[in-house]
Formats: sequence, C-alpha cells, structure tokens
Amino acid sequence: MYAVRQWSVRHARGLNAFYRAFESALVALHPLWKRLGYERLERPVAAVERSVKGLLFDCRMCGQCILSSTGMSCPMNCPKNLRNGPCGGVRANGHCEVRPEMKCVWLEAVAGAARIPGGMDALRQVQVAVDRRLQGKSSWLRVVRQRVGELK
Amino acid sequence: MIFEDEPVPGYPLPILPGHTSPGRLERVLRAGQFAVTTELDPPDSADPEEVYRRARVFDGCVDAINATDGSGANCHMSSMAVCALLTRVGYAPVMQISCRDKNRIAIQGDILGGAAMGVCNVLCLTGDGVQAGDHPQALPVFDLDALTLLETARTLRDEHRFLSGRKISHAPRVLLGAAENPFAKPTEWRAERLAKKVAAGAQFIQTQWCYDLPLLRSFMSRVEDLGLLDTVFILVGVGPLRSAKSAEWIRTHVPGVHIPDEVVKRLAGASDSALEGRRLCIDLIQEIRTLKGVHGVHVMAYRQEEAVAEIIQRSGVLGGRVPWYPGRDPQANTNRMAS
Repeated sequence: MYAVRQWSVRHARGLNAFYRAFESALVALHPLWKRLGYERLERPVAAVERSVKGLLFDCRMCGQCILSSTGMSCPMNCPKNLRNGPCGGVRANGHCEVRPEMKCVWLEAVAGAARIPGGMDALRQVQVAVDRRLQGKSSWLRVVRQRVGELK
Repeated sequence: MIFEDEPVPGYPLPILPGHTSPGRLERVLRAGQFAVTTELDPPDSADPEEVYRRARVFDGCVDAINATDGSGANCHMSSMAVCALLTRVGYAPVMQISCRDKNRIAIQGDILGGAAMGVCNVLCLTGDGVQAGDHPQALPVFDLDALTLLETARTLRDEHRFLSGRKISHAPRVLLGAAENPFAKPTEWRAERLAKKVAAGAQFIQTQWCYDLPLLRSFMSRVEDLGLLDTVFILVGVGPLRSAKSAEWIRTHVPGVHIPDEVVKRLAGASDSALEGRRLCIDLIQEIRTLKGVHGVHVMAYRQEEAVAEIIQRSGVLGGRVPWYPGRDPQANTNRMAS
C-alpha cells in the first residue's frame, strides 16, 4: 500500500536495524531449516515474505532483495525496474515520469538511505542484472543459504 | 584536425595505444579537442537515402552522430539499421541502445553486430517509458537498466564473454557512453549516479539539454569533488528552442527537460524567437566550453537539424577544425585506396 510504503521509507533506519537482527536469527537457525529442507520451506516462507514485505514495501518478490541498499524503497516499484538509481525523466515535482501520481521510487530511496547508517555507501554499489528466474522465490531463504555458503 | 589515416569507408582504423576503440570520436576526445556530437532523427521510412540526407546536413561540423533507439518511445527506423547505413559510407555513429524494447539476449547480439559493422561508440540508455510514445500498448521490457547494460557491454569488450560466461572470439572494440541528467531530481545525487555509471564502464557522457548553467556548474563541481574529471569525457547537451511556446510545451511534456523561466521570457521578448533560440544556444555553448571537465557538446536540434552547422560555426568551438565527412579528403582517400 502506497501510504505504508512511504511510512517504511521514513522509518528506514529502524526497519533496517530490525531486518539485520532478523537475518542473523534466520542464519543462526540454518541447521533447523536444513533439517526441514529448504525446498519444502520455499513455498510457505515465500508466502509469509510476500505478505509482510508486500504490506511494508509493496514488494514485487523479485527474489533478490536489495531493500537495505535502496533506503527501504523497493526499486521494483519503479516502472522501469531501475535498481541503480533514478532515470533522467523524474518530473520537476519529484514524481515518476511513467506514473505521475507516484513519487519517484529513487527520490524515496535517496531519502531513506540517508537515514540508514552506511546507507549512502550502499546506494553507490553497482547492482548486477536481475536474475528473472528468482521471481516469486523467497529472498530470505536465499540470503541464509548464501551466508552459510550453500549458494554462491 | 586531420589524422593521416582518416577512414576510407569500409577500412577500419587502427586502434591507437591506450584507446579502447578504433573510433574517431575517441581520438578527438583523447587528443584534447572540444568534441561535437549530434543526433540524427531516424526516418519513418525504409528509404536509406533519407538517412543519408539527414546525415549530410551535419557534414563538417560534428565528430559523431547519435543514432537514436526509438527515442521518446516512438517507432522509427532502428538504431542498428541507421548505424549500418552510416558506417557504410564512413560516418562515425554513436549507437544508442535502450533497455525498453530488448532483453539481454537481443542487446548483446546488437553490440556484437554493431561493432562488426564498424560502430565504435555505444550509448547505454534506460530509455523512455512506453507511455511517452506512439505505442503505449507495448510491453516495456527493461530487462537490464543503463548501469547493467554498461556492465554487460564492458564484459563483452574487456572479458571477451557474454553475461552467461560463454566466450566470444572477437571482442567488440567500442567506446562506452551513458546519459546523465544533471537537471532532474534528485539533483544532489546526480553526480553520484554519474560515478556509478563510470564505475560500470561509462567512458563518455552525453547530458540532457542544458538551459540552466548554475545547475550545470554545481553538478560539475560535485563531479570534480568525486574525482571523476579525469575518468570520463563529459559532453553537455544543448539545442536551439524555436519559440517560447515550444519551450513551454517541451518543459511540460518531455520528461526530464528543465527550462528556467528566464529562458522562456528571453524567447518571448524577442522579435524573431527562432533566431533568438539559436543565439541562446550559441551563448550557452560558449559558456559551457569554459567549464572545467567539459569535453564537448551534444547538439540535439530536433526538427531544426539544419541549424546545427550554423550554431557550431558561430560558436567557434571547433577552432577551425573540420571534422571528417565523406568526401572531405578526396586526395588522401585515392592515395590510400591505391596503396
């Protein structure tokens, strides 16, 4: 929801801190996830992720979440799916070229990143091309498996 | 300036030491000359002569011609085809690639194909949204963005492989460019975005139309603070406005174009507004060339292409230099073709 999405950017700092703790907890529970089986967990976890992040960020379930690097403003809400910064078409009032009723996702991202410690540095990272195969998959489980070295 | 090995159509130039492409634009830029590029409005036609006719109006005043890729999301002859026609007779096109209409498979194929035809410059763009053009029903692709497109092109060129990792046997020797809009929000972050583009592989930048010098100056000083002045060639976008009315229309309808009120007033107050628009363009070019870190101008004179030669000559930025065009050095060509 648009209003909630904007609230999330305003509270980027707190949400980022919460996510960091949440991610560490997920990683610590890796032995449990492994016992239950990542394949089996994929659908229920993705469903939870979809509803939580859908509410907070209008998450599009790209499956390779970079919210912490984009000031908690989901770049997949950009009609051009830009993950590396705003396009040149931002309107004078700061709204989107394609969807004039919406504030530019990247203007929000810059504002959100300024609230997160190290957020501006994260914004400077060049993000690689999206892997479209991960659409709809859980980003959380993927991050855990990356952190424990199961995936590269 | 005249290089002793100016191109004969169909003859590729050697790549000079330290250069990434065999292109004339890179040579001019690296020689420290003030470069001039422009944009060819691609025809709504399958007639090659229309492309040549549109290119000829720039003869002797530009170093490279951008072949636009469905600019404004409007359908025209493809960038690839315009480049094929231009390279055939020796022109130096900048092949624009937009992410709007093609996925990474098509784009990588186009970069290889373009380079094979003699394209030496590629401009990596995100592209306007489909809503801006004449086919708003179309599927917007945006598989890559300008940044990942730059990285993709650089991977092809420098690592001799596709994004998939599969090897290519002959890398495309191209100079990589990107666009930047110092005049759109978030203005304070635009130089950072430029830094990202440079990090992703951009070697030259063509900016959006500049009508606001103070904004350009603050952008350039931020670019300098980030230590980018020696890492990228910046060509500032300029263009003549026809009238106060068209300026008003452009700034309200064309995404990302910023025209300050003073400019509109200056045009409105002139007896011949088109002439005043060209004068304003010349004034801007002369101011822009004095800015540290600016290596040229990119003249976008949509539907006023015939004014480009006069604007460039009057601005004096070429300093007597005559950029190459087919037929500039008839004697040299005859000698080399014979040898």
